[in-house]
Amino acid sequence: MPRELLKGNTAMAEAAVRAGLEAYFGYPITPQTELLEYMSKRMPELGRAFLQAESEVAAINMVYGAACTGARVMSSSSSPGVSLMMEGLSYIAGTEVPVVLIDVVRGGPGLGNIAPSQGDYNQIVHGGGHGDYHPIVLAPSTVQEAIDLTVLAFDLAEKYRAIAIVMADGNIGQMMEPAELPPMRPLRTEYPDWSTRGAEGRERRILSSIYIDPKEEEVMNYRLMQRWRTIEANELRFKEYFLEDAEYAVVGFGTAGRVALSAVRAARAEGLKVGLLRPITLSPFPYARLDELAEQVKAMLVVEMNAGQMLGDVQRATKERISLNFYGRMGGITPFPDEIHAEIHRMVEQPLPPGSDPRAAWLDSFASVLHVDGR
Amino acid sequence: MVTVEMNQIVYQRPESLADMPTHYCPGCTHGVAHRLVAEVMDEMQIREKTIGVAPVGCSVFAYNYFDCDFVEAAHGRAPAMATGVKRVLPDRVVFTYQGDGDLASIGMGEIVHAAARGENITVIFINNAIYGMTGGQMAPTTLPGMKTTSSPSGRDVEQMGFPIRMPEMLATLDGAGYVVRRSLHDPKNIRMAKKAIRLAFETQLRGLGFSLVELLSSCPTNWGLTPVESLRWIEEHMLPVYPVGDYKVAQALAGLRV
Ligand SMILES: Cc1ncc(C[n+]2csc(CCOP(=O)(O)OP(=O)(O)O)c2C)c(N)n1
Repeated sequence: MPRELLKGNTAMAEAAVRAGLEAYFGYPITPQTELLEYMSKRMPELGRAFLQAESEVAAINMVYGAACTGARVMSSSSSPGVSLMMEGLSYIAGTEVPVVLIDVVRGGPGLGNIAPSQGDYNQIVHGGGHGDYHPIVLAPSTVQEAIDLTVLAFDLAEKYRAIAIVMADGNIGQMMEPAELPPMRPLRTEYPDWSTRGAEGRERRILSSIYIDPKEEEVMNYRLMQRWRTIEANELRFKEYFLEDAEYAVVGFGTAGRVALSAVRAARAEGLKVGLLRPITLSPFPYARLDELAEQVKAMLVVEMNAGQMLGDVQRATKERISLNFYGRMGGITPFPDEIHAEIHRMVEQPLPPGSDPRAAWLDSFASVLHVDGR
Repeated sequence: MVTVEMNQIVYQRPESLADMPTHYCPGCTHGVAHRLVAEVMDEMQIREKTIGVAPVGCSVFAYNYFDCDFVEAAHGRAPAMATGVKRVLPDRVVFTYQGDGDLASIGMGEIVHAAARGENITVIFINNAIYGMTGGQMAPTTLPGMKTTSSPSGRDVEQMGFPIRMPEMLATLDGAGYVVRRSLHDPKNIRMAKKAIRLAFETQLRGLGFSLVELLSSCPTNWGLTPVESLRWIEEHMLPVYPVGDYKVAQALAGLRV
């Protein structure tokens, strides 16, 4: 396929179509809406199901029903809409049906704004919905990666009967970049042996998230957790830049990771031995790789477009062995490379002592960035 | 005098009903409603192409009792889930089975929009004027003055609002093909209810849009009445508020005899 100039939202939509999407249900919300609009034209054109639901609550429950037929199905939304989907996601996890969701994250909390953010990390990676389950979470940093991860999301969701979420931010959704779309895959003709499509010539099937006997519910939870260990072992993805000889490491995902790469390159040009770890799967999270890096580098800087939601996971991996530093922009602000470059210098020149609170230190120094009173 | 041969079967479990005891309380009409739906599925020979959607409420385990494919929805979301199934499998028969808390309270948005879209699904709506499963709290359908565990002095309409009449409301929507209310309080009404259920499924098979049958039902346990008193209570107290009737019947169904 030739490289074309593609917008993130529509590129993810077409990637899903080519991955064999059979039904899409969604609700308009900026900065995701182009995805839904694209589907409204493209899906009927191919004789596939598209429906604009009355709410995100309805959309995710339509996806739930459609997933029970064994079809490839998805929804997309942005943060406030994804909050509404949490009930459905928990049911989907409890029923073990594969579903893909694209979250084009925007500034919050509340109605917030429509600018790019990574403020959904906690609700996506660490739950949101009730009960013990983990979605697979993929974080693209370019339009090309958004395409590739969308296709991967379908394959992983199906392989593990799990939820796979592409967590992009508004930048990825709205940006245009040259990228290559995958070839069109044929739609499936055979459906899994658990799918409810009518009990013609066979025993009836039931799909439910109810295990009324706690003993059975515990067995089901155990199955989910064991499956998650397999996912952790097989599906971890991250990208490394300049880490071989690094004495300092920056950690960032999605757009924050991409901006950090520019800053790391600038620091390298000055002779600083700094590298970047960019998690691609936020869930499973590269704990082991960070654990190793903590043995290699003197200090780490975590960069996010939120108040340090991934920071806690990095802390868990590095266990107070090294200087851990944090820089975040909140509320829909994307950091500039210069800001991260300055933070790299701060990490090298005035590293926080190991075991201190990186978020507190960041908040103290951040007052001057905002030009507000720090108290 | 009618003579019946000793080994002649005059009454048996419909094929579409699974061979298993239900968890419903004695005297509860959920069992009657299940049987009627199953009889209709048998008569129309649709068991093998039907996917049911169970609600949250006393009929949460409906999936155990029907011998067809079933999925289990979140509270109130059955019409959305049914929409998802039906949009992927338009040639299958899809029905939801929902209580009044499920359908008329938490799931109000989903049911109204499914009807407005003319979603080709059938809804069996059990109105027992109460939240059965959680132990008898006030439902949107609870009668004025009716005592429940969360309206201990009786439903005060000044504070707690008025009962919702779903078929009357949904009948105003162009997407609705067949919307009626029936009652399960005596044999005559039960026979009428079965005909309505048949027509609702016929509506779906003919692609005539959304179909819903509300069934006035008893809840002896939470009403604090005997089964027989409960049936009388439906007749005396519920019927005046919830009149049995046809609220929307698509033109194409008019001549249909079942
Ligand atoms: C989101 C959510 N809220 C509340 C409940 C608790 N709950 C279970 S059943 C029910 C009421 C069901 O009443 P109704 O729909 O009238 O059906 P019935 O039990 O009377 O047949 C409630 C509130 C729940 N399961 N999920």
